[in-house]
Amino acid sequence: MSAKRQVHLAAHFPGVNNTTIWSDDRAESQIAFSSFEHFARNAERGLFDYLFLAEGLRLREQKGRIHDLDVVGRPNTLAILAALAGVTEHIGLVGTLQTTFNEPLELAKQLATLDHLTEGRAGWNVVTSSDAFHGANFRRGGFLDHADRYTRAAEFIELSRELWDSWEPDAVVADAPAGVFADRSRIRDVDHHGPQFDVIGTFPVPRSPQGHPVVVQAGDSDEGRDLAAAHAEVIFSLHTEFDDAKSYYDDITVRLERVGRSKEELHILPASTFVLGDTPEDAAEKARAIQRAQVSPATAIAFLEQVWNRDLSGYDVDGPLPDVEPDLEGAAITRGRARHTRDVPALVRSWRDLASAEKLSIRDLVIRVSTRGGFVGTPSHIAAEIDRYVQERATDGFVVVPHTNPYGLDEFVDTVVPLLQERGVYRESYTEGATLRETLDLPGTIRSRTRPGVLA
Amino acid sequence: MPDRITLVTALQGAGWHPAAWRTAGPAAQRLTSLRHWRDVVVEQDRLGVDAVTIEDSFTAGPVDAAGELDTNTVVGRLDALLVASAVAPATRAIGLVPTVSVTHTEPFHVATGLQTLDHVSQGRAGWRVQVSPTPREAALFGRRPGGDEAAVLFDEAREVAEVVSRLWDSWDDDAIIRDVTTGRFIDRDRIHNAEFEGSFVSVHGASIVPRSPQGRPPVFSLAHRADAPAFAVDAADVVLVTPGYGGLEARDTLALVRDAEQAAGSDVRRPVLADLAVLIGSSAAEAADQLAALDAAAGAPYAVGSGADTSVLATTVPDLVALIGDLRDLGYAGVRLRPLRIPLDSTAIARELVPALVTAGLRADVASRPTADLRTRLGIAPATSRYASVSGPAPVEVSA
Repeated sequence: MSAKRQVHLAAHFPGVNNTTIWSDDRAESQIAFSSFEHFARNAERGLFDYLFLAEGLRLREQKGRIHDLDVVGRPNTLAILAALAGVTEHIGLVGTLQTTFNEPLELAKQLATLDHLTEGRAGWNVVTSSDAFHGANFRRGGFLDHADRYTRAAEFIELSRELWDSWEPDAVVADAPAGVFADRSRIRDVDHHGPQFDVIGTFPVPRSPQGHPVVVQAGDSDEGRDLAAAHAEVIFSLHTEFDDAKSYYDDITVRLERVGRSKEELHILPASTFVLGDTPEDAAEKARAIQRAQVSPATAIAFLEQVWNRDLSGYDVDGPLPDVEPDLEGAAITRGRARHTRDVPALVRSWRDLASAEKLSIRDLVIRVSTRGGFVGTPSHIAAEIDRYVQERATDGFVVVPHTNPYGLDEFVDTVVPLLQERGVYRESYTEGATLRETLDLPGTIRSRTRPGVLA
Repeated sequence: MPDRITLVTALQGAGWHPAAWRTAGPAAQRLTSLRHWRDVVVEQDRLGVDAVTIEDSFTAGPVDAAGELDTNTVVGRLDALLVASAVAPATRAIGLVPTVSVTHTEPFHVATGLQTLDHVSQGRAGWRVQVSPTPREAALFGRRPGGDEAAVLFDEAREVAEVVSRLWDSWDDDAIIRDVTTGRFIDRDRIHNAEFEGSFVSVHGASIVPRSPQGRPPVFSLAHRADAPAFAVDAADVVLVTPGYGGLEARDTLALVRDAEQAAGSDVRRPVLADLAVLIGSSAAEAADQLAALDAAAGAPYAVGSGADTSVLATTVPDLVALIGDLRDLGYAGVRLRPLRIPLDSTAIARELVPALVTAGLRADVASRPTADLRTRLGIAPATSRYASVSGPAPVEVSA
């Protein structure tokens, strides 16, 4: 029996930022079901824990127009995952779904449905947003104060758990001779009243195989980390560099203890890209080519515009950085994109210093500062790195982010997965009939707190 | 081209009769499994039924006279849109028409969910639009008191149908250009914001989903109560009516739709399907006995005014073929059959009724029918985008 910690891997369907290289010769449709089917089947061939899908609720804009340089357009999260349920057998299906622009009854019903259709392979990446830009596509608009979005998310999750717990596992008896389809005493009506929601009645979906879909969270702010520690079973993190990942891991461990949970109840999986080569030099060469493809001349300018907050279309990407100063006062020219607040003048100053010290053009600079992170190397180097991160408790595995759709994960499955298996840190096969929670080796459902939970 | 008779099967739980689950055997325990739904829909698909509708609601099931959840019949359900999406990859030609409510839902999610179903089914999605009128449903959302008048619910539904339609049109067919030279993935002049502001809903942006194979999946609406025919004419491509309900004969229920079309000044005669709840036996006597047994098990007859909102027929395949022929002569495009027992009667529809309709010259056999999207199969014109005349055909770019 191996004492080694096991690696957990998730497969990120290629997204709508410039990580995804749509100009690649083998890139296929971002919306055709065949792309999703290939991607999912390949991830399942690689014995991944789950497939991960991001969500968009409004097309991104820059300078008042739809941003046209990256992949644009994606499916409805729930519908595409349900379709994938029909072509997969073992892999978990995790979708990103908003707590701000959904209502608990409907979303809990849909997630319970997905869990039934997958026989227990559903997961929910809980995200929150409140801005008026996204809100303009919804009935209630940007109704929520920024400060309330985590309050709403927490109550949304708690209420969802209450709904999922309201049917006991054996409520459906289908006793034909007695004429009793369900035992009413095993179906509890929900009577929830909170600051965000008032929900009364019978939940429409019988208890699903997992009871609760696996809850994933990606918040990185202080509040986001607390929400994850209280409610999540997997954290989709952004901390990929070893030391950074390790300190994040330690921070979450402390936060879990604070709410009476152990680290064994939650996995931390950072997103990371992987560039594979036959030799270290070959991998580095490929990484350079990928970066050039990710940062087209137009993308380089658009990237700087997001920081400068002004039109820079007159600048030559192969020339020096813009001599104008950033517009700190004007309304943001980019919308629909998660951005971290930062000290723009200091950032611009550091970039100018870097560019002048190393004689970097605009495009070189953008490549340098926007495509950091991720692993570059031979399959054996990358397998060793993944193993090291996991054994040394910097992560519990990774969310693998490919560069191309839909074949970008194939090489990883062909070359890295067997090496992880050789190291004794990765499964040789799925456990037949395992739920996603079982595949993740996570202990069990978080009970709803407002009422005593019912566990399968 | 559509067949001479359109045949749609209406799926719900173990069937439409409240006691039907008792005849389902072990399947009664599996009504929430993909396997159950796939088995049922694949059979309809292989044997040539045009489409299946899938019922949905926010409630767990019907209530009894005391207002309490009636657990002597099937309670608990799955989300219809997701069931349709999950069975899509296993099916080849059949239309998949989930019920999606507009009363408590976000139009944006309704639009993108159905577009995605159309993508995964390669053009076989439809939408059975529905309102959720009861206070019971409203209480599950807690956003409004419920019990709105029908006219208000239908006004809201009109707005939602309009904004959904705009979102479906928001991407031109050729919006994705993948122009490596300029680094542009899309031509943003070919994507249009919905810019809809109504009194119930407003949506500003474009859909996140690129235009789907049908552009706009066909919309089905049931026109069986006050205000419904007018709504159906405003919002739907296919209208379902319920002969026998409210004392109306098949001739009258069809006339409701034609009158509403006239009142709306519409010169399109929408395909109208007659909804019929059917139990199919090998003889009329056997069918009647089986229905009587089900009624006895349920403790009440299942009939118009007693649990059913359309004619309930204990019938045989030959009688059903004759009835469908008569409906066609009246001007119906076809029928939506609600099998009283699933799979017993849904299987009879697929295995016995379909070949009998072919023999009677009312349908082409499966083998000779070309694969087509659902609009084509229903005889509805292709969906031309409302922006087509604005942006015109894409200019042909000639590079030197």
